[in-house]
Amino acid sequence: MLDQSEGYTTADGRRIGGVVMEMRNITLRFGGVEAIKDISFDIREGEIRAIIGPNGAGKSSMLNVISGFYVPQEGEVWYKGAPRPPMKPFQVARQGIARTFQNIALFEGMSVLDNVMTGRLTKMKTGLWRQALWKGAAESEETANREVAEKIIDFLEIQAIRKTPVSRLPYGLKKRVELARALAAEPSLLLLDEPMAGMNVEEKEDMSRFILDVNDEFGTTIALIEHDMGVVMDLSDRVVVMDYGKKIGDGSPDEVRNNQAVIDAYLGVSHD
Amino acid sequence: MPEQFLWTIEVFLNGLMAGVLYALVALGFVLIYKASGIFNFAQGVMALFAAMTLYGIMNGQVPFAHLINAVFGTEVHYFGWNLPAILSIVLTMVVMILLAWLVQRYIFRYLVGQEPIILFMATIGLAYFLEGVGDLMWGSDIKTLDVGLPQGINLWIDETTFNAFGYGFFIDNLDIVASIVAALLVAGLVIFAQYTKQGRAMRAVADDHQAALSVGVSLNFIWILVWSLAGFVALVAGIMWGAKSGVQFSLSLIALKALPVLMLGGFTSIPGAIVGGLIIGVGEKLFEFLIGAPYLGGATENWFAYMLALLFLVFRPQGLFGEKIIERV
Repeated sequence: MLDQSEGYTTADGRRIGGVVMEMRNITLRFGGVEAIKDISFDIREGEIRAIIGPNGAGKSSMLNVISGFYVPQEGEVWYKGAPRPPMKPFQVARQGIARTFQNIALFEGMSVLDNVMTGRLTKMKTGLWRQALWKGAAESEETANREVAEKIIDFLEIQAIRKTPVSRLPYGLKKRVELARALAAEPSLLLLDEPMAGMNVEEKEDMSRFILDVNDEFGTTIALIEHDMGVVMDLSDRVVVMDYGKKIGDGSPDEVRNNQAVIDAYLGVSHD
Repeated sequence: MPEQFLWTIEVFLNGLMAGVLYALVALGFVLIYKASGIFNFAQGVMALFAAMTLYGIMNGQVPFAHLINAVFGTEVHYFGWNLPAILSIVLTMVVMILLAWLVQRYIFRYLVGQEPIILFMATIGLAYFLEGVGDLMWGSDIKTLDVGLPQGINLWIDETTFNAFGYGFFIDNLDIVASIVAALLVAGLVIFAQYTKQGRAMRAVADDHQAALSVGVSLNFIWILVWSLAGFVALVAGIMWGAKSGVQFSLSLIALKALPVLMLGGFTSIPGAIVGGLIIGVGEKLFEFLIGAPYLGGATENWFAYMLALLFLVFRPQGLFGEKIIERV
């Protein structure tokens, strides 16, 4: 099904492009513990790529490697066709990789709109002095950024709370605001760390819909971590399965579902 | 109108003016504390250092003159020029930005994620180091800093109040200038923080480091920026205090007066620093005038601020405007 160079077409007819991000033989250690052992996989343009696995499998570590929070001891991260030198997280963000966090990292003291606007920071070009002097350039730039922010706020249906301080919002909405902030950067790769963790069924359905809509509407490439198996299978185009830091499966949801190693490790060996 | 009442009003006004200067120092603390969680004990010394540097640059002093002369047996002290005040202030600001960079590059870069007490200890070290370097660079003699700010009694206020009440208020021109400058400074900082890219990034860092990183903000850059801003605030405070009471070591002790100001205003609130400074300024002057001098033998200004801070610590530890301390269980 996969053509390594040309991309592929999904079951619902979406065209998936070339490789955006490629992990080559990544190994990550914390002291003597190997959190990630020699893992390789790629993420293609326009696809929804899931990384799944039981607790402690190394999924979050992998996401942190991609977003620059961890630097792997071995292996290379290829981004847009070139190996990426070791980078600080803010540099990775400036390259167009946005992310959300499992435990939500929002600016609690700011309003929803302000939070989303911080997502535009990488897009703001006007320098310190011109901004300080508040010249026309800075002003029109602010307006343009504001328009993008408002569009995303509309898209994620959080208009009603746009002026509300984030600290007052319930958990599910915070998750959505965090997604909005990440989207505001117009990322070429969007990383979602357990976007549905701690949500009830209804919220999960909402979030799934938003993830699909974002991918559909903006063509955003999305890599997500999740351990709710059912949700992942419905959402994603391709799935990497990790267990104890190793990759034990990689392919379409159907392929993964029928992979014996995955069934054993992730769902538990059946005893009938 | 009874004289006692008029005197009280005059004391009140002078208290406000003194409070503005406390607020200026406190502002420097708040900026750094908000963005990095560092309580910068060296803020007062930074004000002293800035004032010394400004004086040195303006009067063409050779930096490290004593050291150079001792090592090389030369006798250089002055370049022999006098620079205009504005140019000197700009050059001093360049020095303060350089200092901010050095502090971040060689001290706090290595202390990221350390306990607050360790960061605090580092700033104590910085305070002593900077004090020594300042003395070595510019000499430890008391200097009179004169950047051309108006000084002395404001005659207009004196005459107007005399005509109205039969008693002329004594308000120092320098205090009026200091208030206006402080107001402009605060307005400028607020506009900067609210409406510029770097200001937004600064607020982001103050709120959540991890989230700030994820939206592409360089923590290092922002920390250098806030130390530079704190340096600028220190420079302004140094100019005002230096003009008022000379550039001397005791200037760095005003930092201690900023502590009660911060306890009132809260460590994380810019308006809090202003209001706290004003309350302390007015409070200590009024207390001295109404209670201290007549009944307690005077000199209550030395301890009144700390007493007030103590009361606040007991009854409202987060200060007037600080973020509420909520213990989640």
